[in-house]
Amino acid sequence: MVQVIADIPVVPPAQRGYWSGVLSRLKRDPVAMICAVILAALVLSAAFAPWLGLADPYQGSMIARLAAPGTPGHLLGTDEQGRDMLSRLIYGGRLTLFIGLMPVVLAFFIGGTLGIIAGYVGGITNTIIMRVVDVFFAFPSVLLAIAISGALGAGVLNSLVSLTIVFIPPVTRVAEAVTSGVRSLDYIDAARASGANALTVIRVHVIGNVLSPIFVYATSLTSVCMILAAGLSFLGIGVRPPEPEWGLMLNTLRSAIYVNPWLAALPGVMIFATSLCLNLLSDGLRSAMNVRD
Amino acid sequence: MSATDQPLLSVRDLKKHFPIKGGILGRTQAMVQAVDGVSFDVRAGETLGIVGESGCGKSTTAKLLIGLVDRDEGDIELGGKTLGRDISLRALRRDIQMVFQDSYASLNPRMTILDSIAFGARVQGLDDPVGRARRLMARVGLDPDRFAGRYPHELSGGQRQRINIARALVMSPKVVVLDEAVSALDKSVEAQVLNLLSDLRAEFGLTYIFISHDLNVVRYISDRILVMYLGEVVELAPVDMIWAEQAHPYTRSLFSAMPSMDPDNRTQKPPLTGDPPNPIDPPPGCRFHTRCAFASDVCKTRHPVLGPMVQGSPHWVACHLHDPASGHPRAGQGVPA
Repeated sequence: MVQVIADIPVVPPAQRGYWSGVLSRLKRDPVAMICAVILAALVLSAAFAPWLGLADPYQGSMIARLAAPGTPGHLLGTDEQGRDMLSRLIYGGRLTLFIGLMPVVLAFFIGGTLGIIAGYVGGITNTIIMRVVDVFFAFPSVLLAIAISGALGAGVLNSLVSLTIVFIPPVTRVAEAVTSGVRSLDYIDAARASGANALTVIRVHVIGNVLSPIFVYATSLTSVCMILAAGLSFLGIGVRPPEPEWGLMLNTLRSAIYVNPWLAALPGVMIFATSLCLNLLSDGLRSAMNVRD
Repeated sequence: MSATDQPLLSVRDLKKHFPIKGGILGRTQAMVQAVDGVSFDVRAGETLGIVGESGCGKSTTAKLLIGLVDRDEGDIELGGKTLGRDISLRALRRDIQMVFQDSYASLNPRMTILDSIAFGARVQGLDDPVGRARRLMARVGLDPDRFAGRYPHELSGGQRQRINIARALVMSPKVVVLDEAVSALDKSVEAQVLNLLSDLRAEFGLTYIFISHDLNVVRYISDRILVMYLGEVVELAPVDMIWAEQAHPYTRSLFSAMPSMDPDNRTQKPPLTGDPPNPIDPPPGCRFHTRCAFASDVCKTRHPVLGPMVQGSPHWVACHLHDPASGHPRAGQGVPA
C-alpha cells in the first residue's frame, strides 16, 4: 500500500494556523483593509482622546455658539453651547463605540453558548431555549430596546443591558442553526464513538467549526447596535447630557439644521461611516474565514 | 467456525423505533420501525456482511451497535459481557469502532489528520496517542512525515478513507463496523482499500461487520452474509451457501438485480419492482409478502421466524416456504427456480 501512495505528487504541507490564514486573506481585500484602518483610527483616537491636545469637550462659550466648521480654533465648528465639535466627536466615540460594541460582545458569548448547547443537545433543551428566543423575536428590536431601556431608566449601564438582551436572541438562533448542522455530520458521530463526553466533543470538534459563522454574524450586528444605541440616546433614554455621544449630539443639534446644516450632519456622518465600515469589514471577514477556496 | 465457538459479539432482539412527532403539541403520531428484532452472532476474526435495500435498517443497526443511537430493546454482548450491565458504553466504544461512508464528512475540517486520528486515543487515555497515530498512518499507507499536518480537504477520497480506517484502529478495537466504507470510492481505489482492510484484519486479528449494498464487494470480504428487509433479518448464511442458493425470495431478487459480467448471460428475470413498504406501518405477517411472487394467505397473517433451513444448517432463513409446518401450500419445497 505504501508504494501506491508514494507516486502521488506532494503538495507543500499547510503548517500555518487557521487564524494566520484568515489574516493573510483579509490583507488581500482592499475594501476590508481600508475599513479596518478607518475603524482603527476611530478607536485609537477615542481611546487616546485626553492626550491628543483637544479642547475641553464640556467647556462651552456663549459667544462662540454654532460656529461653522473651519472657524479658527474650532476646526469642525462648535455646538449649540459653544463646545468644540472636533473634541466632542472624538470624545463621543468613546461612549458610542463602547455601547455599540460591548452589547454585541456580551451577546456573542451568552447567545453563542446558549445556541451551541441548544443545537448540540437538541430535544427538550433545544425546545425550551429556542421557544424563549422566539418570544423575543416577536418584538421589533428597536421597540424591544426602547421598552427595556424605558423600564430600566436612562444611563450607560442600562442601555448596555437592554441592548445585550436585544442581541442575544439573534445570535442564539444563528448559533443553534449552525451547531445543529454540524451536529449531524459524521465526524461528530465518530468523536462520540471514540467515547468522548459531550463537553469534550463540543470543545474539540464543535466550537472550531461553528465559531466563524457566529463571529461574522456578530460583527454585522455591531453596526445595528451602534445605530440602536445612538437611537436610544437620541430619544433621551440612553446616555444623558452633557456626556458627548453621537446619537445624543445628533438630537441636540437637530434644531440647528436651519442655522448650520453641516454641524447637525457631523454626528450622523460619524455614525454612518462607522457602521458602514463595520459592515464592509464583516463582509471581508466572512470571505476570509471560508477555508475551502 | 464450529458451533461451540463462543461468539465475540452477540446481538439479541435489537429494536429501534423512531417516533414521528407532529401536531401543535409534538405528540408521537407514529413509529418508524427502523430495526425490529435483529439478532446475530459474530465470531472473533470473522467478517459479517450486511446487505439490503436503502432504508432497510443497515446503518441504524450499525449505529445501535456502537451506541450512537439508543436502542429501545435488545442486548448487545461483547466477549460475554452485556452492554449496560457488565460493560459501560465508554468501554464498549474502545472495543467497537466504526468507519463511515462519507470520508469527508467524517473528518473534522479544522483538524489536522494526525489530531483526528489521535483524538480517540487521547480521549480513552491511552499512552502515546501521537506515536500510535503516526504508526497507523504509515500502516494504512500515508507517510506521517508528509501527511500528518494536512487538513482533510487536501487529501483525496481514498486517502481520507485510509485516515478514517486509521482513526478507527487507534484504540486497538476488536470489532470494526464498516458502514458503506468503500461505497463512495471509485473502483480502483475501492479495490486498494478492500485489500488494505483484509491485510489489517489478518494483522490485528480484527472482526468486521461490513455493511454494503454492493453484493460483489460483500462477497469478496465477508465470511457470512446477513440480508435485511424492512428492519428484519430475512436470511443469514455463509457466503458460499448463499451464493449457491438464495433461500429467501427477497434475497433471490436482490441477487438477480446484480448485473452479470458476461454479456451472453444477461439478466432475463425481472428484478424486484416497486419500493419497499413504508416502515411506519409495515405489512402484517411476512413483511415481504406485498412484493413476493410466492406469497399465500399464511404469509399475510403469520410472521415467519428466522431459523436453520434444515436442522443444524448454518444457512438460516425467515420464510414460510422453508418451514414444512407453516401451512404455506408449497411449504418445505423451498423457493421455486
